[in-house]
Amino acid sequence: MKPAPFTYHRARDLDGATRLLVELEAREEDPKVLAGGQSLVAMMNFRLARPAHLVDIGRLDCLRGIHTDADGALHLGALTTHHQVERAPAELLGRGHAVLRDAMRWVGHLPIRTRGTVGGSLAHADATAEWCLLATLLDAELVVHGGGGRRRVPAAEFFLGYYTTALGADELLTEVVFPREAPHAALTEFAQRHGDFATVAAAVDLELAADGRTVCGGRVALGGVAALPVRVPEAEAVLARGDTAGDALFAACGQAAAEAVDPPSDDAGSAGYRRRLARTLVVQACEEAFAR
Amino acid sequence: MSPTEPHEDRAALVGTSTRRREDPRLLTGRGTFTDDIHLPGTLYAQFVRATVASATVTSLDLSAVREVPGVVAAFDAADLALGDITARLGRPAAEFVPTSMPILARDRVRYAGEPLAVVVARDPYAVEDGLEAARVSYAPERAVTSDTEALAPDAPLVHAEAPANTLLDVSMFATEGIDDVFAEAPCVVDVSVRTGRQNALPLETRAALAAWDDREEQLTLRTPTQVPHQVRTVAARCLGLDERAVRVLVPDMGGGFGLKCVVGREEIAVAAASLRLGRPVKWTEDRKDALTASFLAREQHYEARAAFDAEGHVLGLDTDLICDMGAYSCYPFTAGIEPLMASSEMPGVYKVPAYRVRARAVTTNKAPSAPYRGVSRPQYVMVVERLFERAARELGIDPVEIRRRNLITDFPYTGVNNVTYDPGSYLESLDLCERTLREEGWYARREEAAAEGRHLGIGYACFSERTGYGSTAFAQRKMEVVPGFDIAEARMDVTGALTVSTGTMSHGQSHETTMAQIAADELGLDLARVRIHQGDTDRVTYGWGTFASRSIAVGGSAVRLAAGKLGEKLRLLAASRWEVAPDRVELGDGRARNADDGSTLSYPELAEIAYLKSHLLPKGVEPGLSATASFDVFNDGTFSNATHGVVVELHEATGQVEIVRYVCVEDCGVAINPQVVEGQCRGGIAQGIAGALFEEITYDAQGEPSATSFMDYRVPTALEIPEIGIAHLETPCAFTETGAKGAGEGGTIGAPGAVLNAVNDALRPTGVELDQTPITPETVADALERA
Repeated sequence: MKPAPFTYHRARDLDGATRLLVELEAREEDPKVLAGGQSLVAMMNFRLARPAHLVDIGRLDCLRGIHTDADGALHLGALTTHHQVERAPAELLGRGHAVLRDAMRWVGHLPIRTRGTVGGSLAHADATAEWCLLATLLDAELVVHGGGGRRRVPAAEFFLGYYTTALGADELLTEVVFPREAPHAALTEFAQRHGDFATVAAAVDLELAADGRTVCGGRVALGGVAALPVRVPEAEAVLARGDTAGDALFAACGQAAAEAVDPPSDDAGSAGYRRRLARTLVVQACEEAFAR
Repeated sequence: MSPTEPHEDRAALVGTSTRRREDPRLLTGRGTFTDDIHLPGTLYAQFVRATVASATVTSLDLSAVREVPGVVAAFDAADLALGDITARLGRPAAEFVPTSMPILARDRVRYAGEPLAVVVARDPYAVEDGLEAARVSYAPERAVTSDTEALAPDAPLVHAEAPANTLLDVSMFATEGIDDVFAEAPCVVDVSVRTGRQNALPLETRAALAAWDDREEQLTLRTPTQVPHQVRTVAARCLGLDERAVRVLVPDMGGGFGLKCVVGREEIAVAAASLRLGRPVKWTEDRKDALTASFLAREQHYEARAAFDAEGHVLGLDTDLICDMGAYSCYPFTAGIEPLMASSEMPGVYKVPAYRVRARAVTTNKAPSAPYRGVSRPQYVMVVERLFERAARELGIDPVEIRRRNLITDFPYTGVNNVTYDPGSYLESLDLCERTLREEGWYARREEAAAEGRHLGIGYACFSERTGYGSTAFAQRKMEVVPGFDIAEARMDVTGALTVSTGTMSHGQSHETTMAQIAADELGLDLARVRIHQGDTDRVTYGWGTFASRSIAVGGSAVRLAAGKLGEKLRLLAASRWEVAPDRVELGDGRARNADDGSTLSYPELAEIAYLKSHLLPKGVEPGLSATASFDVFNDGTFSNATHGVVVELHEATGQVEIVRYVCVEDCGVAINPQVVEGQCRGGIAQGIAGALFEEITYDAQGEPSATSFMDYRVPTALEIPEIGIAHLETPCAFTETGAKGAGEGGTIGAPGAVLNAVNDALRPTGVELDQTPITPETVADALERA
C-alpha cells in the first residue's frame, strides 16, 4: 500500500497550475490534481490510481473560502474543506444555505472533513458523495480553469458517470457556485456505519407558498441509485401538485421516487433494498426540509 | 495469616482498579512498536503473493524484480530452502490429517494471497515496485470456496493427502440411547446456523524485524507475537539453528486476539532473508494483506438439534458441525482448533444428559484460520442459545425460565462431555441480568413498542468459558506440542526494586499492571518498585505466551509463586541476621520485620547483604536475590461465566439493528484489576457485536477476496458500539494462586448469541427467524417487509 513512483509539482498560483496541467497533458504525461488527497491518495496507495504527475494545488489560497456575491449566489472555493463549511459562521453561510452546513456531518469522519475539500469531492464524483448530490439538487455551477480558459459548467452537465466528469485532464475545478438560496432543503442518507459512503442518499429542496404550509414545487435528488447523482422528476411532480405539506404528500413523493429509480445491486444492497431506502429517505428529507 | 501474606497495614493492590502502568507511554505516543524500531542499514521486505486461489505455479520469474531500482534481493522457496511448518495432533489418520505449510509456496498455491517470494529493497516504496515486476504463471484450478463445495463428491482436493478436503473428523460423546431420547422426546427443536468468516483485526498488523548479531552469534527477531518462545522454536527449526541462536523480542503490541498466537510464514521468511543478506530486514504487513492474507477465523456451519421434556428440561443435544479452516493448519494448534473446541465444550452451562457431536475441519482455498478470541465458543453458544429460545417458544415457557431450569447449579459438575466444571455463578448471573433489564423497564417498553408497531426485542446468552487450560487439558486435545505451564522469574536488585520476567505476553491485557499488582502484594512492595518484563526469550527459560485466557490464571499464579519464593529468601536472610526462626519474620511495607521485637530490615538492606556483603550470608544461602517458579493446572481448568442481556430495536425502513441496552454480568473469580476486566469485557463485546452484525471476509466464486479494505470489511467504529453496562460477581477459583479465572475472551463469547436472540425476539411477530451472521440491515428489512 505504497504509491507507484510519481513526480510531484507544487503549484504557486492558479495560472501556473493550469499551465502545468496543459503542458503535462499535451505531453500525455497523465497529470492529476492533488487537493485534500482523501480519495486520491488512498487510491494511489492501492495503486488503483497511478498518475505520473501530481500537481498539488494546496497552497493556492485564492481557491479557499466562502463568499456571497451581489446577486446572492454563494461561492465556495474548491479548496474549502468540508469542516470549514460545517463550522462556517452565519455571516458567511446564511440560513438560506444551512443545508450545506448540515449535510457535512454525513461526510466521512472528522479527520477526513478537516482535509477533504469541496472541489476534490466534486471532481472525484462518487455517486453517493454529498457535494455531488447537493450540486445536483441546487443547480450549482462548477467553475473550471484550463487550457481553453475559464468556463462555468452546470452540475447537470458536469457529472457523466461513475467517477467521471466533464472536467478535462488539463482543467482545474476552482469554485462551485450555488446560485440561489434553499431555505427549505435537507439531505439525509443511510449507511450501516457512521462515516461510510451512503448506500442511498436523498436530498430535497421544497418550495413553500407564502402560507408556509402549501408545497408549490420542489426538487428531489438521489445518490446511490445510479452511476451519478440523479434528479427524480417523478417525485418532483408530486411536490408540484400544490398539496399541503404533511405525511400524505411526503409519502407520495417518496413512493414516486422509489418507483422511478432503477438502482444497481451490489454488496452494499440489492436494487429492491435501495429502492425501499430511497422511499424512506426521501420522506425523511421532506420532513426535515419542511421543518426548517 | 500465612507468613507470605502482605503486612496488614498496607492495603492490598489486588482487587483495586490501579491505573494502567502502560497508559502514560501508549497514550502519549511513546510506545515502541516493531515498526517504530529503526536499525542502521535496515532493508524492507514484502511478499509476492498469489493472485489466484488455486493453481499450479508453472513459472515464477523474479529476474525483472531484481532489476527494479532500489530492490536489493528477491528470494523464492528454492532460494531460501526452508523447512515447512507442520502442525500435528496425536490422532489416528481417520481423525486427523497433518498438512505442511511451506514458508514460501513452491509449485502449488492454495489461496489468493499466499506468499510466493520475498522481495527486499532499500525502502518501502521500492519494494512494492519490485513486487509488481514479478512474473508468475499459473495453471488455475477450480477453487474450493465453501464447506459445501469442499465436501462435494467431485470437489478438487486442496491437499492431495486429505480426502474429502477434511483435515479433522471426530465423533465424540455418543451417549448410549441418544437416538431413543430424540425419538421419544415431547419436544425436539433444531437449528441450522452459519457464521461468517472474520479477521481478528489487531490494530497493529503483523510485523517482523530480523537482524543477525555477530557478537552474540544470534539472530534477533523482533515481532509482535503472543507466543515468543513458540516463534523461537519454529524459527530455529525452519532455519536450522540452535534455539540459543534465536532471540525473539516483542516490542509493544497493538493487539493480537489470537491472530498472533500462531507462527506465521512471513516472520520466518524475513529472518531467512536477513541471514542471507547480513542486514536487518523489516516487514510490516499492510492492511490489505492483513485482511486477505493473514489468519482468519470463525466460519462455521452447525446442524444442531435438542430434545426437551414438556417442562423444558433438556434431554439431549446432537450436533454436526463443520469449520472452514482455509488452506492450512496453523501452528501449533492445527486445523482442529475450532472443531475440537466446539465439540468438547458445547454443552456449556447446561445440564445436558445426552450428547453426540460430529466435528469436522475442512480445508478450502482461503487464507488459513487461526484462533480468534473465544475460539468457536461465540458460535456454539449462539447455537445452543438459539435452541433454548426455540424450545421456549415451542413449549410456551419464558426464555429465561427455561434456561433457569437447565443451568448447572451444583459444583463441581462433571458434564456429559467428561469435563468437570469448577464453581461458578451461572444462575446468579442470569438472575441479575434479567432483573436489571426488568427493573430498567425494558420488558414494559417492549410491550409499548409492539403496541406502536415498533420492533423491540430482548435476548440473552448464558455461557461459561474454560480458562487456565493446563498441560492436562491441552494433552486431552491430543496436541503434539502441549502448552500448559508458565514460568516467572522474580529478581530483586541491590536497591530493593523487583523485576519479574514472565513467559506470558501482554498485547493489550495490561499485564504490566496486573502482574505487578500480584507481585507487589506478595512481597509488600510499592507498585512503583515492581516492573514486569516480558517478550524476551533470553529472559525466561520457556513460556507459552498469552492466549486462551490463560495469563492471569496460569502466568499470574507463577508470578505469585516466584515472588513468594523470593520472599522466602528475604525471610531467611533477615532471620539469620536476627538469629530467629524464619517463621518469626514478617514481610511487608518493603521490609522484613522481626515478629518478636519489632525490629526491621528494609529490602534494600537485605539486598545489600545478598549482593554486596555476601560474606554475611548464612551458610548454604547463595548470593543474589532471584527465584523462578512455574505453575500448571492439572485438572480441567477453571470456568469463568457470564450472562449477556441485550435489547435491540429494529428500524423498519432501513433494517438497522440498534442496540439500545447491553448488560453483561460476569464472573471471572477474583478480578485482579476490575477496570482491566471491564476493558476486556467491552472490547470483547465490541468484537462479538462486530461478528453478529457487521464484519465478514467475503470471496467471489473464484476464491478472490472481495473485502480488501475497511470500506468492504465493515468493522464497527466506536459510534456503532453501544454503552455497555457491566456487573461483577465473584466466585474465586480454588486452585489458582490468586483466585482469579481468565477474563480475556468472555465478551466475544456472549455477544453474538445475545444479539441474535434479541433480533429474533424483535422479529417474533413476523414469523421470520435469522440464524446466519452477520445479520445485515437488508436481511432485517426484508424480514420486516415480508411480515
